[in-house]
Amino acid sequence: MKKILILFAHPAFQKSLINKTLMEAIKDLKSVTINNLYEKYPDFFMDIPAEQKLLTEHDIIIWHHPFYWYSAPAIIKEWMDLVLQHGFAYGTHGRALEGKWAMSCISTGGRKEVYSAEGKNRYTINEFLAPFIQSANLCRMKNLPPFVVHGSHTLNKDDIKKYAEDYRKVIKMLRDNEIDSEKLNTMEYMNEIIEHNA
Amino acid sequence: MHNQEFFLNALIYLGAAVVSVPIAKKLGLGSVLGYLLAGIIIGPFVLRLVGNEAGEVMHFAEFGVVLMLFIIGLELEPKLLWKMRRNIFGLGGLQVLITAGIITGVALLFNFQLNRAVAIGLILALSSTAIVLQTLSEKGLMRNIAGRSAFSVLLFQDMAVIPILALLPLIATLGTPATLSDTSMKSIGQVAQLPGWLQLLIIIGAIVVLVIIGRFAARHIFRLVAETGLHEVFVALALLMVIGIALGMDAIGLSPALGTFIAGVVLADSEYRHELETTIDPFKGLLLGLFFISVGAGINFNLLIENPWVIIGFVLLLIFIKFVVLLILGRIFRLKKGFEFLFAFLLAQASEFAFVLISFSKQNKLFDDKTSGMLLLVVTLSMAISPLLLIFNDKAVSPILARWQNKLEYDEIEEEETPVILAGFGRFGLTVGRILLANGFKVTILDNNPSNVETLRKYGFKLYFGDITRPTMLEKAGIEKARMLILSMAEHENALKVAEIVHKKYPHVKILARANDIFHVFEYLNLNITNTERENFHSAAELGSKALVELGFSKYEAYRAARMFKHHESQVTEELYRHWLEDQGKFIQETRRFEEQVKETLQAEKNYSIHETDCAWDVDSLKDEAQKEE
Repeated sequence: MKKILILFAHPAFQKSLINKTLMEAIKDLKSVTINNLYEKYPDFFMDIPAEQKLLTEHDIIIWHHPFYWYSAPAIIKEWMDLVLQHGFAYGTHGRALEGKWAMSCISTGGRKEVYSAEGKNRYTINEFLAPFIQSANLCRMKNLPPFVVHGSHTLNKDDIKKYAEDYRKVIKMLRDNEIDSEKLNTMEYMNEIIEHNA
Repeated sequence: MHNQEFFLNALIYLGAAVVSVPIAKKLGLGSVLGYLLAGIIIGPFVLRLVGNEAGEVMHFAEFGVVLMLFIIGLELEPKLLWKMRRNIFGLGGLQVLITAGIITGVALLFNFQLNRAVAIGLILALSSTAIVLQTLSEKGLMRNIAGRSAFSVLLFQDMAVIPILALLPLIATLGTPATLSDTSMKSIGQVAQLPGWLQLLIIIGAIVVLVIIGRFAARHIFRLVAETGLHEVFVALALLMVIGIALGMDAIGLSPALGTFIAGVVLADSEYRHELETTIDPFKGLLLGLFFISVGAGINFNLLIENPWVIIGFVLLLIFIKFVVLLILGRIFRLKKGFEFLFAFLLAQASEFAFVLISFSKQNKLFDDKTSGMLLLVVTLSMAISPLLLIFNDKAVSPILARWQNKLEYDEIEEEETPVILAGFGRFGLTVGRILLANGFKVTILDNNPSNVETLRKYGFKLYFGDITRPTMLEKAGIEKARMLILSMAEHENALKVAEIVHKKYPHVKILARANDIFHVFEYLNLNITNTERENFHSAAELGSKALVELGFSKYEAYRAARMFKHHESQVTEELYRHWLEDQGKFIQETRRFEEQVKETLQAEKNYSIHETDCAWDVDSLKDEAQKEE
């Protein structure tokens, strides 16, 4: 059983519906640790040794957050800046994260069609996620495709519930090491691993 | 007085003070009673260490009262004084008139002639500035409503001394045999012999001169002297000024105390105010102590032994009359919630001015030796008893009143379910409460300071006057249904007591508490209360970070440094708490509390290095590696 660390960031969690539902869906899972960054560090002052210890104790690291300005809320960046230290996460001697998996879980208002060369956002989600993908790379981690919730403003309750169920399934599969690694290379989003999305 | 004798006397007086005052304070009796007892002990009736010169010493020491009024003047800005005018003239004026009237009436019943009765009434209507003000400042009551009102009355009495001094010779001539002697007139100065209107003109003129000098000339003189850098010259100047004013006022027939008080008020907003205060303060303290000792030494026990019951009867009667008048006036002037009792007990004694006035009347042949001796004894005893009256008020009257007021005067709390109870709405609680209210929470706010409650109500806060330490108050405030109790009052012992009760009886209520220092934090931790905040830690850390900015840190750097320090402090606190649990005895010595805290904190500090975080922003290791690769 793999150990999963969810680095969760939502500055207005009380107002979010989608992320709250997603979190609710996975919070009881064994071997999954939820690290709610805004709750833990309301003034951005981070306990760096504690965060690094959490990282070393887990096998799969998931950045889970709404997709603000084509990126993450500020605290995720602060976390990366401070916790992914040279000599710990990268550099000649920085091998603490070597071989671990990295993934993003994001929710975004735009539908999938607008995230394309022809759409109004002009780039795909995976292109926007390049800093995360390359950061993981620099830390000698392996990347998983992102789990994405599109069109968050127009989803109804059932849609959201569906996403939450899928998220739970994905997390469980990751935890129980049930992912077919060949299939991984063919997927754009992690969502596709669930049969009905394929 | 020979030098040797002088030093011997100094030795006796100072020794008596040093021995008796700490003992009196330890016993909770206050310094005034300590000094008085010291005086009785060294006086002619116990140890006979001092004899007749006690009277001389008293005259000299009365100057302490003058210094005291100067200092009080310094603390009172003219604006504040103006605000008090209603109390000074209304409350003060009525007190003097009514008390004098009643005492005159009683004296007539004891077959005194009318003119003597009036003199006795006027003399005994005054209260002791020295005793009352010393008590007020010692107990920190200067800002309390009762304290302020008492002070107003005393101020009026100080002013009243002048016309009384002028009246006494007149009264003396109205009755039978007394004749005016020229020598006695001289003792209140040449001016008194001038016609009334001219006298008034001179007094007004003198005050105007005093104000003008204080306003415009004094600060230049002070600056010149301060620039010399010689502190003793400044001390000399300050004393010179006060003594000069006192003598000047005396010469024109004005009370020296009143004159220096005015000088103090004039200088209250000058930049040398604090320096003057700290300079004069020790002299004032010593002289007042001396004064109280000499009052104690001057008690004529022979006279008391001759007819004890008559004297004691008179003393009690005097105190009773003054007390009742003050109590009623206190009510009329809307002193609420038991403060009228404090006010009345404070002022129920006779005044040190009475010593002057009685001997002056004697010179004017208004009283014979026996009457003046009796009066002096009554005055002295009433002064000696007055600290006891306050203790009586503290220990007996206040608690009864408090219990009685529970039913009547503590505010009724409206029945409503509020999730939060906030106890203590002063400097600290105000901020806590405002944050909660601003975020739309209903808060039941309690405070035990009635004037505070009144002020805040004017600003639209809904708060109740009440004492949270009483269990019924907790229930009324709705502790059963509350989610949270915030103890933001300053009285830590009370807060802890409440926390213990609530912790035990209402475990569902979350407790948050203000702590004075780290030991209070520990005491709460013992009750499993982790939500505590030291009242001064965060603000001090913020000021520290501002200092860092001024020393060249960038704002963010300084912010991080202060934030880091707070984080570090919370770790130190945990460590110290473990220490404290293991070794409570070491911490418990109250007097060494702060010292211990500093020592322990600095010990724990050695094991930490504050500057090891934020490494990710430090690119040195990256540079090293990059250089190696090339």
